[in-house]
Amino acid sequence: MQHTSATPIAWPESIEHGQSPSLAVWKFASCDGCQLSLLDCEDELMAVAGRVAISYFPEATTAMVDGPYDVSLVEGSITTEHDAARILDIRRQSRLLVTIGACATAGGIQALRNGRDVDGFTSIVYAHPEYITTLATSTPIADHVRVDLELRGCPIDRGQLLQTLAALLNRHALRLPTTSVCIECKARQTSCVMVAHGTPCLGPVTQAGCGALCPSFHRGCYGCFGPMESPNVPALRTQLGLLGLAGVDIDRLLNTFNTTAFAELEQTQIDERAPS
Amino acid sequence: MTHKTLNLHVPTLTRVEGEGAMHVTVEDGEVTDVKLEIYEPPRMFEAFLRGRGYAEPVDITARICGICPVAYQMSAAHAIESIAGVHPGGAIRELRRLLYCGEWIESHVLHMAFLHAPDFVGVDSGIEIAQLHPELMTEVLHLKKTGNRIMEVVGGRPIHPVNVRLGGFYRAPTRAELETLSPDLERAHAGALALLKWVATFDYPSIPNRLADNTEYVSLRHESEYPFNEGRMVSNLGLDLDVATFGEQIREYHVAHSTALHATLGGDNGTGRRYQTGPLARWMNSADLVPSSVRAVADELGVAEVETNPFRSILIRGLEVLWAIEEAQRIIATYRPPARPALEVPAVAGIGHGCTEAPRGTLYHRYEIDASGTITDAVIIPPTSQNQDAIETDLRDFVASHLDLDDHTLGHRCEQVIRNYDPCISCATHFLRFSIDRRD
Ligand code: SF4
Ligand code: SF4
Repeated sequence: MQHTSATPIAWPESIEHGQSPSLAVWKFASCDGCQLSLLDCEDELMAVAGRVAISYFPEATTAMVDGPYDVSLVEGSITTEHDAARILDIRRQSRLLVTIGACATAGGIQALRNGRDVDGFTSIVYAHPEYITTLATSTPIADHVRVDLELRGCPIDRGQLLQTLAALLNRHALRLPTTSVCIECKARQTSCVMVAHGTPCLGPVTQAGCGALCPSFHRGCYGCFGPMESPNVPALRTQLGLLGLAGVDIDRLLNTFNTTAFAELEQTQIDERAPS
Repeated sequence: MTHKTLNLHVPTLTRVEGEGAMHVTVEDGEVTDVKLEIYEPPRMFEAFLRGRGYAEPVDITARICGICPVAYQMSAAHAIESIAGVHPGGAIRELRRLLYCGEWIESHVLHMAFLHAPDFVGVDSGIEIAQLHPELMTEVLHLKKTGNRIMEVVGGRPIHPVNVRLGGFYRAPTRAELETLSPDLERAHAGALALLKWVATFDYPSIPNRLADNTEYVSLRHESEYPFNEGRMVSNLGLDLDVATFGEQIREYHVAHSTALHATLGGDNGTGRRYQTGPLARWMNSADLVPSSVRAVADELGVAEVETNPFRSILIRGLEVLWAIEEAQRIIATYRPPARPALEVPAVAGIGHGCTEAPRGTLYHRYEIDASGTITDAVIIPPTSQNQDAIETDLRDFVASHLDLDDHTLGHRCEQVIRNYDPCISCATHFLRFSIDRRD
């Protein structure tokens, strides 16, 4: 019943030949949470480790194999010149590049620096800002290199990660939802927190994938999976206003874990609707 | 005079979180300089917290670390609640402790079995340990999963739980939901014992003439419980301060080679007292507060009330896991859902401090908010900043007493010295460039 998109992916040929695909896990500006999701697959970890060759995963193993790699999982956003160069090299070494999580797909919470005074930010945090080199923006991986597949979420959903690995190993199409969290609430028969309790919720504009976790805890969705396909952000803004949320609170809600994504979308939609 | 300079590169500091490089200079057989360089791309939370709402740090600061998000949520909540004078007790307090039990179990077991044990066993990863000891690792994985399950039931998910808010929770779990954890906890208890007994068979290196033996070991201490969220900041050298006064005494300083900040107490770099936090400190200050069942296991395994060898911290982590399981069992057995899942926490202008015990040490938060509830200033001092000096001191002393090792082995052993602290520098790729200059 759920709308899904079958992502056409050219899985690496090594699998055809019966070899274990090699897997590398990379980190940029992030909290480690998304790559930790892999180690959190306790029940499946040994099975996965038996079917892929873990070639580069410094958080888990000291052993390292040089590239190229069949699959690279990339966590984190680009915030330094060094990292901007590093992702180019990783792309060259990777047959398939999968970004994992809001940092990698949307710039993450650290994108709250974008459009602000980063030098001023640095001097708030560091006594000697001159020791710090950083870019003025935090940008998603796709702004720098071609990305084959994006897994959303802050953090990603463990189940989606496993589905992705299973699709890879078995060379079948991957189906990831592109609808809203609302659809997942209906599917699990969680009563709508907005209708039943007047709780502000980003569910109507947020991409499904978490299983409507927050509403099941009587909490409004705060958008950690980022925008769904063509969401109507201005309409939700109006609705949130009717529920009594002040403009500044709506701004905060939309500008947190996927700040670039929601902000850009809303701007385009406002531009489109503006009488020319 | 001849100068022989060796530059040796350990390609990656693995099995920790964070990008670092270590530089050691040895002149005429003397270690003259040690620097642990940390390069994390700065994410600047303290800057963008300014101007945000006072209810937001609970979710925002969790994103500093995917390994210990609950610690961030708890330190933030306690700091901000203290401004309004709100102190959730009863079942809300119990649920917070239960959630923290989950994080301690998950994080400690990950570090013990996957990150730290490979050093003692001489393999590259926990996955290899699983190939050597499949039965043990099946139980270890179950144990780790039980920690995650607790966080799922109480918090919604193990990484960045969604159910935590100022004043308590969005929804209190039912008794029945908590009771689903009981069979797992029972099995996990046996698993924790097995892990501990295995770990106790390791050979523990030591650091002769270790200067850090004389640093101050600082942790929370509560009057009747092993510490999580509440208590006074105490040390083995007689420190005894409330959290706010302690916070005012921490001085952070910034050295050229690092994007992480160092911390000392009561003075600046040079004059401040060096200190460290973490399992050794907690055990030293509160071992008398664990139940006799845990104490008996410690005795059986030969763990003293005061342990200063950082290589033995893995044993204390194991005892803390055992304790967290028993604490979780106690909480579940006596749980009655709170009348309301959260207390109201109004916006009140002021400054609030919070210290809670993250698995790797004390995590300090300080917030200043205005009457509208907007944050005007935020300070976050993670345990790894507070332990930075102890790590560097250990590296220096370790290198000094192991100059006979070849550079390759020495580099690897130095990584192990760093891993003793379970450092959580979560913001970077993991390159440790180990370079040693031997000048003679
Ligand atoms: S997306 Fe969220 S969970 Fe994943 S690395 Fe970034 S901050 Fe951590
Ligand atoms: S409901 Fe929304 S905020 Fe909550 S986990 Fe799902 S996507 Fe993230």
